[in-house]
Amino acid sequence: MATATVHQTEREELISGSEAIAIACSLADVDVITAYPIRPYDTVMQYVSKLKADGAFDCDFIVAESEHSQFEIVKHASAVGARTFCGSSGVGWFYAFEAITVTAGLRLPVVAMVGNRALDDPGAFGVEHNDAMAVRDLGWMLYWVGTAQEALDTALLAWRVAEDPRVFLPAAISCDGSFLTHSQAIVNVPTQEQVDQFLPQYDRGRLLLHPDNPITVAPQVNEDWLMEIRRQTDDAMRRTSDVIKEAYEEFKQLFGRGDPSPFIEEYMTEDADIVLVGMGTLAMPVRVAVRRMREQGKKVGFLRVKFFRPFATDEIREALSHCKAVGVIDRDYSYGSPSYGGVLFNEIRSALYTLDNRPLMQSFIAGLGGREVLVRDVEEMTSMVQGSIDAGHVKEENTWIGVRE
Amino acid sequence: MSTVAVEVVYRGIFQKTLARNIVRTIVFAARKEGKIGTAFGRYGDSPERNGIPAKQFAIVSDSPEELEENLAVYEAREVDVTINVDDTMCKGIESWAWYGLQPINALTKPGGTLIVTSRQEADALIEDIHQKDSPFNLAIVPATTSFSGLWVYKDDHTDVRILGALAKVCPELVSLDSMLAALEDQDWGGLKLTSARNSFDRTIQRPVEPGEGNDETPFTFDLLGWREMEDGLVIRGIDGGTGFRGGSLADGYDPINSNASGDTDYQPTRNSVFKKFSTRSMRPVVNFDTCIKCTLCWLQCPDTCFDVTPDGLYDANMEACCGCAVCEAVCPVAGCITMVNEAEFNDNNSQWEHWTRDKDGYQKWMTQLIEVQKAHDADTERSHGYHSPGKYEAESESEVALTGDDD
Repeated sequence: MATATVHQTEREELISGSEAIAIACSLADVDVITAYPIRPYDTVMQYVSKLKADGAFDCDFIVAESEHSQFEIVKHASAVGARTFCGSSGVGWFYAFEAITVTAGLRLPVVAMVGNRALDDPGAFGVEHNDAMAVRDLGWMLYWVGTAQEALDTALLAWRVAEDPRVFLPAAISCDGSFLTHSQAIVNVPTQEQVDQFLPQYDRGRLLLHPDNPITVAPQVNEDWLMEIRRQTDDAMRRTSDVIKEAYEEFKQLFGRGDPSPFIEEYMTEDADIVLVGMGTLAMPVRVAVRRMREQGKKVGFLRVKFFRPFATDEIREALSHCKAVGVIDRDYSYGSPSYGGVLFNEIRSALYTLDNRPLMQSFIAGLGGREVLVRDVEEMTSMVQGSIDAGHVKEENTWIGVRE
Repeated sequence: MSTVAVEVVYRGIFQKTLARNIVRTIVFAARKEGKIGTAFGRYGDSPERNGIPAKQFAIVSDSPEELEENLAVYEAREVDVTINVDDTMCKGIESWAWYGLQPINALTKPGGTLIVTSRQEADALIEDIHQKDSPFNLAIVPATTSFSGLWVYKDDHTDVRILGALAKVCPELVSLDSMLAALEDQDWGGLKLTSARNSFDRTIQRPVEPGEGNDETPFTFDLLGWREMEDGLVIRGIDGGTGFRGGSLADGYDPINSNASGDTDYQPTRNSVFKKFSTRSMRPVVNFDTCIKCTLCWLQCPDTCFDVTPDGLYDANMEACCGCAVCEAVCPVAGCITMVNEAEFNDNNSQWEHWTRDKDGYQKWMTQLIEVQKAHDADTERSHGYHSPGKYEAESESEVALTGDDD
């Protein structure tokens, strides 16, 4: 059961992605957790409050009166040296946006879970990535999780990296609504000793807001100061890559699992003519489709982007430099964007611009509002990309998949 | 290559924990045999709402790669076993996650099994269950509708009895031994293990042939394409009502014969594609001879399901009734409205029509139903406003008497 009191021995549990993150909170001994309900994120607060009620986890658990206060509270708690966690979904995340925006500027290592949800209206619980995407320019690290196991592991990684004094930036962990937040899978829960060894105490050092360390945080600044402050945050984000690599290597040693790269997952890309790209649980039907198409002799591979911020430009360039064509499957939309393509598509296309041999690029919008992306959808997209290769150019730069005409 | 999928169809909120216990135990039991599995609820369901049909799934595979083919979906495409823990849902289900009535066996594979907890005979259940083109098995675990697992109700072993029956009807999922081992891991020893074993031995099975069962076409809903929908999230309202079944008696309108001739304007102000009636596990039966036309049922019904008849009576429209029993509670005339188990009915026909056509026949029919319900109430210790209205109040009274509160 998910409510064991002390994490002494490694154990296998049947838990959802949300439950995995709640357990990560307990293992990381988070000090302050704030909550305000919205589906599908609210499953995390349910599990956290259950752990607390069962006496298995001691933290200040504050149910705020809105998402805005929820994020304000952790922001301030983080400034006084508390390890923090909170989260939201869809328009709830947007309601908190003033607080979310300044958290990065103030260099506060808040860790948040975004249970990806369509932006209502119309009312819809299903996954779209536009909610979490909104922080992509603001100094938040942004990660898309693929499994419940990865949700737990990534949460631990997130505190480790965010609270590193070289970084001090917030991190958002995106979990697809339903497919991760509400689906129970077999997860290996690490021991407390493993986690203690991996995750040092959060030490804010000279930046700690405390009477013994008199400081002012965030005074009024104008054109004399702001650009330098922005550049500092930019530099912190540039430093995240090395810190992530370092932490991930240590994670793999301590926990005995992980991918070759913390930033991307490559699946049968080595000799692929066509590489599909996507994020989150979309990977599940895509991997199945890739296996089937490989059986038919088609050279298809898949690249899963895990860290959207920092964007792993070099690794992605390397992974996509040998194929003939790339099909990017976005579970988001960006109305009026270049080529009317998805957000991920345009980021990838931008990253590949400097390659000598640029692959053909094709954009797909799929799975909005949580619509299932099926194996046959993936096969359809692949055959459209193959059509572009055969024609020598891309006729339709962007196509919506699985929409009723 | 082997994947086995099981769905549990249950009523929110009362049976949510029961369903969860079943699907989780399936995955634990499969783990005993080195298989890997997932358990999940049907996202988009609203299982916190009283009585609304909802689903949970367990999918088990030999390898992670095979399991992956069944992940990131809302429902399995088809299931080896459908488990229905409230036999009134054999008539079909409409959850909050989809539009239209889904037959209870819609996802059951050819040759698969539908397990139902019920005290009804197989033939009575098959009358309710929609026909399929392919054969399937009906397995019955003799039991009333259970709230086992909901903290305020006592454990009646329904969970382990279903799991025992499941090991029997679907040996390719897990063996009984693995199932029992998974139960023991959850500290469900002793009597619960015996219950599971007994159920394994005693489960009733009945093959159902293609074409056997309810031949009604379930109501469906056409989803529009993006070019056909109105811009701006605008949904047109439905036209206002035109009176009881489209006319009044004063104008010489004959509602009964009009209806019999196929005129369907029975309730023009109601949504024809969102009916909700599969939420109902009981329905009101009205004694029109004792009705005093006080309007309370009509006023208080949360689903506006009472039609005002030309003679000023109130006819509960069975396409709209959710079975909440508010009408029975507010009716000031003893015995005028009685809630009766939904399993006793095979159609949604108008009671007022029946009564108008044949008053003596209606009295006999109604009296018999009320007797059956009384026998059912006396037979079960369970009490709940939803399933056995009236009993809860009676028990509350006796508890008040016990505590000496004489206010």
